Amino acid sequence: MWESYVLPTSVAQALAVLQAYQGRARLIAGGTDLIPKMKAGKRRIDCLVDISRIKGLQGIEEDGGDIRIGAAVTHAEVASSRLIRERATVLAEAALSVGSPLVRNQGTVAGNVVSAQPAGDAAVALFALEASIEITGQNGVRLVPIAELYQDVGISRVDSTAEIVTAIHFKGSRGNQASAFARLAQRQALALPMLNTAVVVAIRDGRFAEARIVVAPVAPLPLRARQAEQGLKDAPVSADRIVEAAEAAAQESRPRDSLLRGSAEYRRNMVRVLVRRALEQATTRLIGKVA
Amino acid sequence: MARQLLTMMVNGESVTVAVEPSAMLLDVLRHELHLTGAKESCGKGDCGTCAVLLDGKAINSCITPAMKAMNREVLTIEGLSRSGQLHPIQEAFVAHGAVQCGFCTPGMVLAAKALLDENPAPTELEVRVALSGNLCRCTGYVKIIEAVLSAAAKLRR
Ligand code: FES
Ligand code: FES
Repeated sequence: MWESYVLPTSVAQALAVLQAYQGRARLIAGGTDLIPKMKAGKRRIDCLVDISRIKGLQGIEEDGGDIRIGAAVTHAEVASSRLIRERATVLAEAALSVGSPLVRNQGTVAGNVVSAQPAGDAAVALFALEASIEITGQNGVRLVPIAELYQDVGISRVDSTAEIVTAIHFKGSRGNQASAFARLAQRQALALPMLNTAVVVAIRDGRFAEARIVVAPVAPLPLRARQAEQGLKDAPVSADRIVEAAEAAAQESRPRDSLLRGSAEYRRNMVRVLVRRALEQATTRLIGKVA
Repeated sequence: MARQLLTMMVNGESVTVAVEPSAMLLDVLRHELHLTGAKESCGKGDCGTCAVLLDGKAINSCITPAMKAMNREVLTIEGLSRSGQLHPIQEAFVAHGAVQCGFCTPGMVLAAKALLDENPAPTELEVRVALSGNLCRCTGYVKIIEAVLSAAAKLRR
């Protein structure tokens, strides 16, 4: 499958190996997506470059409200981080629903983004957090909004032969913001989502100051339910307005019939249920704090 | 294909093996080191029969390149008993009838150990979640969960 496996200790070293192999090397972090694909014999490469030991890619940090998650950070680390549970609850919940404990101990949140699946749980949460992805190449570092990183199903705009996703950045929630994640799957573990949704809400003076609602997989990439969001903006906080927003999100969604994930009709109905639950959950987290 | 040297701690002993760069940890454990406790079923990370602990965390060794174990600690089921004496989790599995065909058992026991090392007093739900990556086609899980809870109680004493 590959003739060489290297464990660089710095980003510069990893980039140098990528360059030396001229497109015939590939990055690996946790490998939980990549290795099953490679074993299925989809493609041949010459070298795997393992970035999981690079110091600069470890750890979750906060700096003045900005949260940075290194590219080698696993789903398990994110799910158990106090900082993430408190300031980006939606991401902690999403990370906890990926695969199984064994998979979460290795698979990385950054890898979930790079895989660019239409409903990667952590990636869907990061859409709601309006995260930016830090990409390092020979010419330096750039930050790309997550929505611009997705090119197509399973294809991201990262040139994996020449650059490395080094971190994920987003703003942690402030006092009047809360978030939540909801998911529908055939089992509670080891099951791909039939649907998932991530929401962030802010409340000021008894009204929704802001709502971000992301639903997947109902389009090639996670869908921002803009009409539902608009409907909530400045609306009084009430169960009825949440129900209306959930209905709007269902109308905006374009789920497809899927043998694996259920019929389009069923899933559109379930979008309504999941979005309502997630909005209720996030709002409940705020009530008592601000309302 | 040129082999690469891999040095790791396996069950408390340092070993160095020449491995195929594309070998999985499971293959090295079974075929090079003859530690056949970890089993291959699905081979793609879905069942946990290949589970071992890597630096104390349960992972699926069938989708873990062997080179990922470089300079790290691997614990397999063979490393759990001490001079012929079963580990309390293993004893509890026997006592509760939590083993039928036994194919899932090494992975189950190791996943349980990773849990109890981190959380000595888990709830039943925490046990269920911790074992949710390990499939068993025989027992129906009830006896396994009972065994883990009783081992936890015993280890706390
Ligand atoms: S054999 Fe490794 S997870 Fe199934
Ligand atoms: S005892 Fe047979 S698979 Fe678990």
